Amino acid sequence: MIRFVIQRVLLIIPTFLGAALLTFVLIHAIPGDPIQMMLGEKVIDPARKAAMLAQYGLDQPLWMQFLQYIWHVVQGDFGKSIVTKNPVLDDFFSLFPATIELAVCAMVFAIAVAIPAGVLAAEKRGSIYDHALMGAALTGYSMPIFWWGLLLILLFSVQLGWTPVSGRIDLDYYFDDGTNFMLWDSLMSDQDGAFISAVSHLILPAIVLGTIPLAVIARMTRSAMLEVLGEDYVRTAKAKGLSRFRVVGIHALRNALIPVVTVIGLQVGTLMGGAILTENIFSWPGVGSWLVNSIYQRDYPSVQGGVLLIATFVILINLSVDLVYGVLNPRIRGRR
Amino acid sequence: MTETAVAVAQTTAAPVLTPRREIWLSLRANKGAMAALSLIVLLILCAIFAPLIAPQDPIAQDPINRVLMPPAWDDGGSWAFPLGTDGLGRDMLSRIIYGSRYSLMIGAIVVTLSLAIGVLLGLASGFYRGTVDTLIMRLMDIILALPSLLLAIVIVVLLGAGLRNAMIAVAITNIPHYARLTRAAVLNELTKDYVVASRVSGAGTLRLMFKTVLPNCLAPLIVQSTLGISSAVLDAAALGFLNLGAQPPTPEWGTMLADARQYIERAYWTVTFPGLAILVTVLAFNLLGDGLRDALDPKLKR
Repeated sequence: MIRFVIQRVLLIIPTFLGAALLTFVLIHAIPGDPIQMMLGEKVIDPARKAAMLAQYGLDQPLWMQFLQYIWHVVQGDFGKSIVTKNPVLDDFFSLFPATIELAVCAMVFAIAVAIPAGVLAAEKRGSIYDHALMGAALTGYSMPIFWWGLLLILLFSVQLGWTPVSGRIDLDYYFDDGTNFMLWDSLMSDQDGAFISAVSHLILPAIVLGTIPLAVIARMTRSAMLEVLGEDYVRTAKAKGLSRFRVVGIHALRNALIPVVTVIGLQVGTLMGGAILTENIFSWPGVGSWLVNSIYQRDYPSVQGGVLLIATFVILINLSVDLVYGVLNPRIRGRR
Repeated sequence: MTETAVAVAQTTAAPVLTPRREIWLSLRANKGAMAALSLIVLLILCAIFAPLIAPQDPIAQDPINRVLMPPAWDDGGSWAFPLGTDGLGRDMLSRIIYGSRYSLMIGAIVVTLSLAIGVLLGLASGFYRGTVDTLIMRLMDIILALPSLLLAIVIVVLLGAGLRNAMIAVAITNIPHYARLTRAAVLNELTKDYVVASRVSGAGTLRLMFKTVLPNCLAPLIVQSTLGISSAVLDAAALGFLNLGAQPPTPEWGTMLADARQYIERAYWTVTFPGLAILVTVLAFNLLGDGLRDALDPKLKR
């Protein structure tokens, strides 16, 4: 087991270095002089410029600069934003809770709908329910989520006026030293209607972000259930006269869950990619919309740091899924 | 099931059932896939004959007389502009028809690029094994570890926004799928007798790669390419939506949506139709891909 853990942890190092190299190349391949970029439109005398180049280590050979970059990153120094002048890491972590909150709610929504839908489709295989559910799943899977978000805004915010268009909570509410997880903060505060307001802001973005994972999980649940429903122990359970709910819900579903859990783990990357679009549509103040705005403002240190931080997060999540999996399923440990 | 189908077909219709014909028969029995195929043919015709079908010039503006004109069936609409006009008075229907050119071109170019590079990498990996294999597959793992849209955004920022660079970016993010599939298929084929026979009779590595082994690895690649078109269309539209893909006034569907966002409260048609076009296109390629998978891989057949 320890060998398995060490092996998996070592395997992420090249992936992390690759992501770091990518972001390093990114910042260095962008046309323009970094010193000039820091100064804006000012003129600078050559001696001062040389001093600044040396100060930032920009006079070193590229591979030295890369090593220095890695060294800084490992110590948590991701550079400073050109726009806000804050350390990139601080900007990132002040917005990260909003993204996590959105992603978790999206995933909860996706799982809560997808698993019953997949089970129902498998149980009623070939019926109209099956066709309707799987047709819906394929549509969800093919959905351009940025358009889906606009459609929901059009219907629920513009036409019906049920939900707000953007943000995380009404401006009337303010929490002094909150956790930045709006649902939690609003629930803990004694301000009337704060929680309702937070939920109504969250609901559409969570549906939009959860749509593709929902479709993927529903399809996987259906096919895993179909496989399991044909097994002998399911027939035995039926023959014993157990209720249909017990057979399908307990005996079969539990065994069908292994591939479903894998697929859920794999959706984390999709969620982070989708968050970039979803946050953009709903002006959700998370790292996704921050990253896109940094690109528009040519705030390259923020883009560089943000991409590397998101990549690291996804790599770490994938690693934990892998490890949990190894614990749950001993057969995987031996495999290489 | 296949055996009975073969038996029936042999006694009734076709005396010789070639593998290609068998796949076609199986695909033809799949209603969803056939609907998707007809839709794709229709889209291709739309793209080819866009100048003949489109009622108006897709980039001709008229910011004075016909800004945000509603669709023909709404009050104030006109059949000259069946789906209404956008914020600059351009005809929505014509822009959507011309947009099919961009989406199909994006799908075709992206898949060709990523397929070609992915197959070469996969072949090299499978044939040479060792260091080459490790290097290539590690690189593919790195690409796969990053969310594909994030990676595509990074590459576009690196190369500069625009349709061509967006296609390159999306193609790069798709390479690992083809490389992995090819490698797996190659490793599977290499153990078979016909490859050994070919090698013994003196076939060189290149001949083995492209003439002997590759044609037998095509099935999963065909399925992946079809599904790849849909993800390419989707990702390129997403980049267009973020203003990082095709640039205005190009009538690309994602770019059109980016422009339409500002009118969402007063002109629903500018938002609804371009997205519907993306959804239908992506759905068609996904349906066809699913159908092809069922037809090409009898093991997965329902």
